[in-house]
Amino acid sequence: MNPRSSFDKALIEIQEDIFQLANLVEQAIYNAVQSLIKLDPAGAAQVIMCDEEIDELYAKIESKCIKLIATQQPMARDLRMVVTGIKILLSLERIGDHAVDIAQATMCIRESELNRKSSEYLTKMSRLVQQMIKDGFEAYRERDVQKAQEMCTLDDEVDHIFTKIFQLLIDNILADPKSIVQSSYLLYVSRYLERIADHATDIGEAIIYLITGERKKLN
Amino acid sequence: MDKSELNEPNKNKILVKKLNLFYKDYQALKSVNLDIKANKITALIGPSGCGKSTFLRTLNRMNDLIEGVKVEGTILLEGENIYGPEVDVANLRKQVGMVFQRPNPFPMSVYDNVAYGPKIHGLKNKRQLDEIIEKSLRLAVLWEEVNDRLFKSALGLSGGQQQRLCIARLLAVEPEVLLMDEPSSALDPISTLKIEELIQVLKKDYTIVIVTHNMQQAARVSDVTAFFLNGELIEHGATEEIFTRPKDQRTEDYISGRFG
Repeated sequence: MNPRSSFDKALIEIQEDIFQLANLVEQAIYNAVQSLIKLDPAGAAQVIMCDEEIDELYAKIESKCIKLIATQQPMARDLRMVVTGIKILLSLERIGDHAVDIAQATMCIRESELNRKSSEYLTKMSRLVQQMIKDGFEAYRERDVQKAQEMCTLDDEVDHIFTKIFQLLIDNILADPKSIVQSSYLLYVSRYLERIADHATDIGEAIIYLITGERKKLN
Repeated sequence: MDKSELNEPNKNKILVKKLNLFYKDYQALKSVNLDIKANKITALIGPSGCGKSTFLRTLNRMNDLIEGVKVEGTILLEGENIYGPEVDVANLRKQVGMVFQRPNPFPMSVYDNVAYGPKIHGLKNKRQLDEIIEKSLRLAVLWEEVNDRLFKSALGLSGGQQQRLCIARLLAVEPEVLLMDEPSSALDPISTLKIEELIQVLKKDYTIVIVTHNMQQAARVSDVTAFFLNGELIEHGATEEIFTRPKDQRTEDYISGRFG
């Protein structure tokens, strides 16, 4: 008989909950960027509403982690599992908040259409950060250090696009001062996506710590 | 003299090399190598019967009292082999004292309990004895609780106080190493925390080796943790490392409660 079977069950449950949260968050980024590109305020409002669900799930999983620390005194890998669980949760919750930030920016843009080039860049950034989250959670599920490391390299691509879109938006403002409102919001959005990639990298680092017990700085 | 002057940081106090111990045909310790650092707290952990208490008792030759015990290998205390032929075992046990699982005060007054050791070693001067008793009781963080009842029976003290009295009794003969065999397993949680706090205070002046079944206690109090299994020392290292990222799967399984 495994003397820790109920504890093991609780750990697995936490992990499954985290996957569920990751799915919600990834979907929120997609929806946020899509509603921005389509300039769809209803879609953006939906993203903002969904954040409540993310926050609730976040609080629920965090409580489970705290309860395990208080009642089970996890050690070694178990301890790393619970501690990285809390770290990953926090990163996911922040990513969720950035999805809301993007949705709020969408609601502030009054124009009927988005600058084409910027929308291309933002779509690309969105795909990359969604990929980071997907790969990260695959690495988490499979306890795959290499996959976690590889996922973090996508952060450089995101940073690269961020530099490009930044320049593009500045150029747009200089060329057409009337575009300043839209361009400023898009600057914010690109910055949010860039921050999301950083949080995804933090998740990658947490996964590596979970697996190896070693701290690695990946961005 | 301030003992901390003698104990340089990171100095090895005890070196154990290829230690084997047999109870007749049964081998209880198998080629154990361990360096015990001065002024550090070393916790010995492992499931029942793993050899941790046996190992602890080799450090002041308490196993000599058991019939049929054979010890091989060397244990150097400050460079001297404690199993050498000229070793005065009584003197060794003064240098390397032991606290047991259950508090075992003598059925005499608090004062006489602490005075017992120094008297046996020939100290008669009342003033000097008084000084030693106060100092030892203070070191054991018991003075404030018992200074108004020094001449009453020690058996009237609570379990936690009795255990601290036993520690004071040990300190009165000025040992260098303190061995503790599950010193708080018979105590309530608050008394346990007091003992743990005391151990932290004592490490400034003493080298401490503690056997504990309580993993959280090992994690809380020790600097170094050594994990024993079936008579072997499986892994040892900084406590923080052992409890967050042990190297050996058997250590991982034990400290995370997967067996034992």
